[in-house]
Amino acid sequence: MDNRSNWHRIAYAALIVIVVLTGMLVSNAYHLQLLTFIGINTLLALGLNMLMGYAGQISLGHAAFYGIGAYTTAILTVHYAISPWLALPAAILIAMAIAYIVGVPTLKLSGYYLGMGTLGFGMIVHILFREWSGVTGGASGFIGIPPLELGPVSFSSGRNYFYLVWAIVLLSLIICRRIIDSRLGRGLRSIHDGEKAARAVGVNTGKLKLQVFVLSAAFSALAGFLYAHLVYFISPGTFDFITSIRIVTMVVIGGMASIWGALLGASLLTLLPEWLHSFSEFEMVVYGLILMSVMIFLPQGLTRGLMDIYERSKRQPDR
Amino acid sequence: MLRIRNLNCYYGRIMAIKGVSLSVAEGRIITLIGANGAGKSTLLSAVCGLLRNWEGEIEFEGTPLKGMDPPSVVKLGISLVPEGRLIFPPLTVMDNLKLGAYTLYRQKKGGAAADTLAHVMTLFPILSERAKQPAGTLSGGEQQMLAIGRALMARPRLLLLDEPSMGLAPQVVEKIFQTLEFLRDEGYTILLVEQNARAALNVADRGYVFETGSVVLQGKTSELLEDQDVKRAFLGKDYGDFYEERR
Repeated sequence: MDNRSNWHRIAYAALIVIVVLTGMLVSNAYHLQLLTFIGINTLLALGLNMLMGYAGQISLGHAAFYGIGAYTTAILTVHYAISPWLALPAAILIAMAIAYIVGVPTLKLSGYYLGMGTLGFGMIVHILFREWSGVTGGASGFIGIPPLELGPVSFSSGRNYFYLVWAIVLLSLIICRRIIDSRLGRGLRSIHDGEKAARAVGVNTGKLKLQVFVLSAAFSALAGFLYAHLVYFISPGTFDFITSIRIVTMVVIGGMASIWGALLGASLLTLLPEWLHSFSEFEMVVYGLILMSVMIFLPQGLTRGLMDIYERSKRQPDR
Repeated sequence: MLRIRNLNCYYGRIMAIKGVSLSVAEGRIITLIGANGAGKSTLLSAVCGLLRNWEGEIEFEGTPLKGMDPPSVVKLGISLVPEGRLIFPPLTVMDNLKLGAYTLYRQKKGGAAADTLAHVMTLFPILSERAKQPAGTLSGGEQQMLAIGRALMARPRLLLLDEPSMGLAPQVVEKIFQTLEFLRDEGYTILLVEQNARAALNVADRGYVFETGSVVLQGKTSELLEDQDVKRAFLGKDYGDFYEERR
């Protein structure tokens, strides 16, 4: 236990050092934005990982909450000229409220049926974004979202925004870690391993599943908020079914039930398409091949797989 | 302590228990024996709230349990050791035990949980040796001990056990049953469901024999052990079936 939390502390420190160094050394605006996207995707994967990796409940509609976060802040800041810092809690609360309403009937389902239920929800929300043009701007998107400012500090520069997003990511990682190590985290993992047994020991599984669903919606909405104020323009296409699938893929590739898995999965899935541009028309083929090989050779995801390789290499010299 | 009157249980439209009445006195071991599908496990599920579709009366220390969900039943002081142990394999032994005290931690009684943990560790020293191991790496007998320890962590007064002897070697079964006697002497009340009728009747004070959803025979275990029907059906030639897994 102590050993484990030491590991995490080292990892947090390493992350801080990496973030600060990167912020200082990277000056190319495109690279900074890419790294910021990794941070936003990490938030998405982290939220879904709490639901999928720990509680074992799948959601194929998480892009909806991502979109709800982005559209809420867009509508509030542009149509109503509300400060983004007030729009942030509103975005998160609305996503949580919707998650609660959707979660009550949906989380009674399990396995494939839960997948279908959340998939349907995601599609409905996507269609709403596209068709409710009076409010959302419809298929042509929503323009003119203001940049974030905090007193004299403007986050319109790529570097400041990069620091902001990664500070939030770090905080979120720590919060998730704390939840997982608490009574609630044990309860979540027990649902994953056996819902009947979890109930037998007195875990209120229904309530706990709903809570973690709402929590993961909150993380997605936070990511949506950060996304909207990063790119100033949002359109329904960003929050479609494919995005939901991509978040699930980040969780699975990175490693379920691991907060660092969310980080690794998000990094790989954000960077891969950029690296693969040179393959032009074969891009998607190579992309698919890489994901397939990760799953074949590291079926537990990157985190577990890399740890296994590390442990094996440590054992080698003894032989 | 536990009183059941005229209990009917349903799975959809199938009636699994028909008009069962029984009572469990404080500080005793009561056993329910019977063949596969007789309704023993169903009765336990009804008591701890896992099965909601039942009619009749179940009272624990005067409190009716109708409509209660499992967490409230656990809070009242009833813990189930489920059939097939149902431990959480990837979690460590320690996390499994702490999960047993989930309702205690929830009520901010972490201190009580720590005391109980120490008690469980003295009861099953092997669990403290293996505390940091994933529970799935334990042997069958150790897993059963863990399941019992986990149930004790909720500080129950009534312990329900669903076939703790399932799939275990006779020596291990003996050890588990000794533990049950020890727990009774400590003041726990135990309702034991078993197919291993001989072993169960040897430790219990009173027994009920189930057959296709009803109680066909009841009495002191010393009498049941002498009963011709029980001898023929449970202690005789069908003995080999006792270890047969149900699912």
